[in-house]
Amino acid sequence: MSGARDSERGKLFSRRAALLAGGQGALTLALAGRMYYLQVVEAERYGILADENRISLRLLPPPRGLIVDRFGRELAVNRQNFRVLVVREQTPDLGQTLDALGLIIPLTDADKRRIRREVERKRAFMPVQVKENLTWEEMAQIQLNAPDLPGVVIDEGLTRFYPHGDGGAQILGYVSSVSERDLTGEALLELPGFRIGKAGIEKVYDLALRGKGGNSKVEVNALGRVIRELERKEGTPGVNLTLTIDLDLQQYAVEKIGEESAAAVVMDVHTGEVLVMASTPSFDPNAFNRGLTGEEWNALINNERAPLRNKCISAQFSPGSTFKMVVAMAALEAGVISPEQTVFCSGSVDLGSHRFHCWKKHGHGSMNMTDAIQHSCDVYFYEVARRVGIDRIAEVARRFGLGQPLGVDLPNEVGGLVPDRAWKRAFNGQPWLPGETLNAGIGQGYVLATPLQLAVMTARIANGGVMVRPRLTRESFTHSGVRVSSTEPVAQVGINPKSIAVVRRGMNDVVNHPQGTAHRAAFDLGGQKMAGKTGTSQVRRISMKERETTGVLKNDALPWRERDHALFVAYAPVEAPRYAVCVVVEHGGGGSAVAAPIASAILQETLRRDPSRQRPPAPTEGQA
Amino acid sequence: MPAQFRTLQDRLHHQDMTLGEKLRQISWSYLLLIAVVATVGFCMLYSAANGQWDPWADRQVVRFGVGVLAMIGLAVLNIRVYLRYAYVFYAFALVLLVAVDVRGVIGMGAQRWIDFGFIRLQPSELMKIALMLTLARYFHGLSIDEIGRPSKLVAPMLLTFVPVALILKQPDLGTALMLVMAGGIVFFAAGVRIWKFVLLLAGGLAAVPVAWGMLHDYQRNRVLTFVNPERDPLGAGYHILQSKIALGSGGVFGRGFMQGTQSHLNFLPEKQTDFIFTMLAEEFGMVGGLTLLALYTLIVIFGLVIALRCRHHFGRLLALGLTANFFLYVFINIAMVMGLIPVVGVPLPLISYGGTVMLTLMCGFGVVQCVNVHRDVQLGRGGGDP
Repeated sequence: MSGARDSERGKLFSRRAALLAGGQGALTLALAGRMYYLQVVEAERYGILADENRISLRLLPPPRGLIVDRFGRELAVNRQNFRVLVVREQTPDLGQTLDALGLIIPLTDADKRRIRREVERKRAFMPVQVKENLTWEEMAQIQLNAPDLPGVVIDEGLTRFYPHGDGGAQILGYVSSVSERDLTGEALLELPGFRIGKAGIEKVYDLALRGKGGNSKVEVNALGRVIRELERKEGTPGVNLTLTIDLDLQQYAVEKIGEESAAAVVMDVHTGEVLVMASTPSFDPNAFNRGLTGEEWNALINNERAPLRNKCISAQFSPGSTFKMVVAMAALEAGVISPEQTVFCSGSVDLGSHRFHCWKKHGHGSMNMTDAIQHSCDVYFYEVARRVGIDRIAEVARRFGLGQPLGVDLPNEVGGLVPDRAWKRAFNGQPWLPGETLNAGIGQGYVLATPLQLAVMTARIANGGVMVRPRLTRESFTHSGVRVSSTEPVAQVGINPKSIAVVRRGMNDVVNHPQGTAHRAAFDLGGQKMAGKTGTSQVRRISMKERETTGVLKNDALPWRERDHALFVAYAPVEAPRYAVCVVVEHGGGGSAVAAPIASAILQETLRRDPSRQRPPAPTEGQA
Repeated sequence: MPAQFRTLQDRLHHQDMTLGEKLRQISWSYLLLIAVVATVGFCMLYSAANGQWDPWADRQVVRFGVGVLAMIGLAVLNIRVYLRYAYVFYAFALVLLVAVDVRGVIGMGAQRWIDFGFIRLQPSELMKIALMLTLARYFHGLSIDEIGRPSKLVAPMLLTFVPVALILKQPDLGTALMLVMAGGIVFFAAGVRIWKFVLLLAGGLAAVPVAWGMLHDYQRNRVLTFVNPERDPLGAGYHILQSKIALGSGGVFGRGFMQGTQSHLNFLPEKQTDFIFTMLAEEFGMVGGLTLLALYTLIVIFGLVIALRCRHHFGRLLALGLTANFFLYVFINIAMVMGLIPVVGVPLPLISYGGTVMLTLMCGFGVVQCVNVHRDVQLGRGGGDP
């Protein structure tokens, strides 16, 4: 019956089963072929992709070199910086997490908006900075509450810190975030949060201080979490710089200047080491590291007393009477007058149709050279300058360091101005006028100098004519951090020592003669006395009308911007000078009344401390 | 002839073997082969947990043990029971499917399982066995002439497409497709003319635009991403791209046991379930992958041989259908992780972590073993002795 049909059904099944088996075999072969393609043909490509997945190259920022003063006291250090970061992928509800975090550390709505914006922009596993510079307590609190703060991580880095705030801010400068135009292609600069020197020593020696970045090859998982380190190449830490500055003395100088807008420089007259370079008012360099608000920045920029400017090297003033030593030496060198020859001062002198006044209305009478310096007689120097001529004055002025940048290791140093005939022609095509020589003779007119230049001038007078150069670092480095030995030959200014001695006698009388212009600032510190010269540089033009009607207005009656600059240069001890000082008080009034007392106090403290004689500690190597 | 003198052959024909004889008829080498593959699975789960038995490998061992017992139990059951209760079992599975769908509507979104406390049962997995039983039962009852009649094909097509529709609604595209294909294979093995398949396929292709409209967005994305996985390397294409990277970086000999970076650093998703083959191929390379493929092929060949050696149509269709089902698991999963077909969420049989799949697979093997034990039994088309 159905048996035959059923066996036929069985045969049909067998045929179909064989077909199916064939089909399955073909599909299996397809799988094997695909396996061969992926694992043999394309193996190399996928191997590379797998490594790209898991291996991440992380740059290790080198610790920035420290900056210390001549005694190893820290001026710029690296402080641990605890940052709190949030990883979106690991936090279920960002808003809730931030709210919880806000109970521990203050978070403004603006902060939260910024965080949200960054979180949305970055990939889910990239951490976003919530806040940096956490205190130890805040960090401990966050770690304690870690279970309630999913996705919140704490990260530790180094940040620049200036322990003395505004003490030497203009010398040190500051570090700040890398801006678009700072990028040089060096990978370090692209690290988030990396800082580079933007001013002062930090800027000049940025490459040396920066060091070389290391790197670390790490294995990461799909969430970007580091599983282990595969390879580490340490970088080189930045070079530690020892400055010639004496921190305590610097702070003393700043304190003495007080509220004034002023510059003070103290130098070792033999080595040129700058012990004090103070410029007030100052600013807090730590604020730049933190990031200034627009308001803070505008306040700094619009302040008429220019806190950001280092007035010791970037501001130039008419040297006023402090220039008279140069004129005197130029006259002696030229032989146009002898130290004993006198000039009669009647209170003014006429040249052509113009009358040149002495600061003392009724005149000084007969003056020889030391008298003229002691009394700062203008008429004497009008006459002497007229005899010497501007070109010879300019030549001597340059030998004493005026008229060109001194090449100190700081940015934005200006050169001042020592005018001569050639300069005038190049300047405006006009011939030099005789009256201009008279003005230059008392340090007014075109003559300009920086406080550092005046300090160098004083030092060269004090050391008997050695052309010392100012220096801020104890060891010499190239800007990329290679140590170089300074083999600068000691040059002489080429002025007869006798001429210098005359000028020094005059400067001694300025302070130590009862009728000297700065006698009130005199001191006797166990036999050590100071010699100096006052200077008052006029900012405005005094009209004939003013002289005749109201008389020359006193500084107190003038707005700040129109008041005279007060200058004082000095050295001590008189017999064997070691230190030179220059103080310039911007719009401070008269040199003898305002600048001399400050300079005197600073010089006394310098002599007391005698920082050049103290043995500095061995240069600090490595991290302090 | 007295019963005690009857030959074993006779008793085989009349299915009144003793339990011991039945146990001896079980293909132990078949079981051994299955155990070898399962052991490979345990090792991979051990590796997936970074060298820990917990939380996957230990549970999988227990489930496999239970599965082996279930398989032996099902193997020694009288095959007539399957024949008799095939439709009842199918109805039961269908009710569970409907129950899951209804609960899915009431409850929250897609839910594919029912929690019995000791096991979370996926009715769609149960349906795979139930459909094979039902179709085998149905075609066993048809003569070769009747198979030629289109009217006789309406009922089995309904039996196939009703559960398929329910599973599609869950939505579980992978399982639904597998059910259609496994069903189709039984139709084919039963002798349905090839042109009828062609006709159905043409109809199906015509319905593609309609189906496209019914697909969920995530399913459409999967299809689109399949065409071009780099379309969305961080989103939908990420899984398949990472899987290919893992496979490729494994090379010929692999990175070594527990050394796969893609899997252990979590670049590879679902490494203990759907993408476990990738991890195996990353750690043991093409050699490991091909070895596993060979083991699977052996299991399939065993199933086919059992089907061919069976004397009754019910057993033949049943063994072939279940073996085809097993093959589909293997093929779809491996093709999926290698980027040959879209990611449809089909586990690698005997190796992927998962309770229901392991148990239903072992039950399926139990039924195939039962066919082997009862291969010489004479079954009439109506269900009784001829």
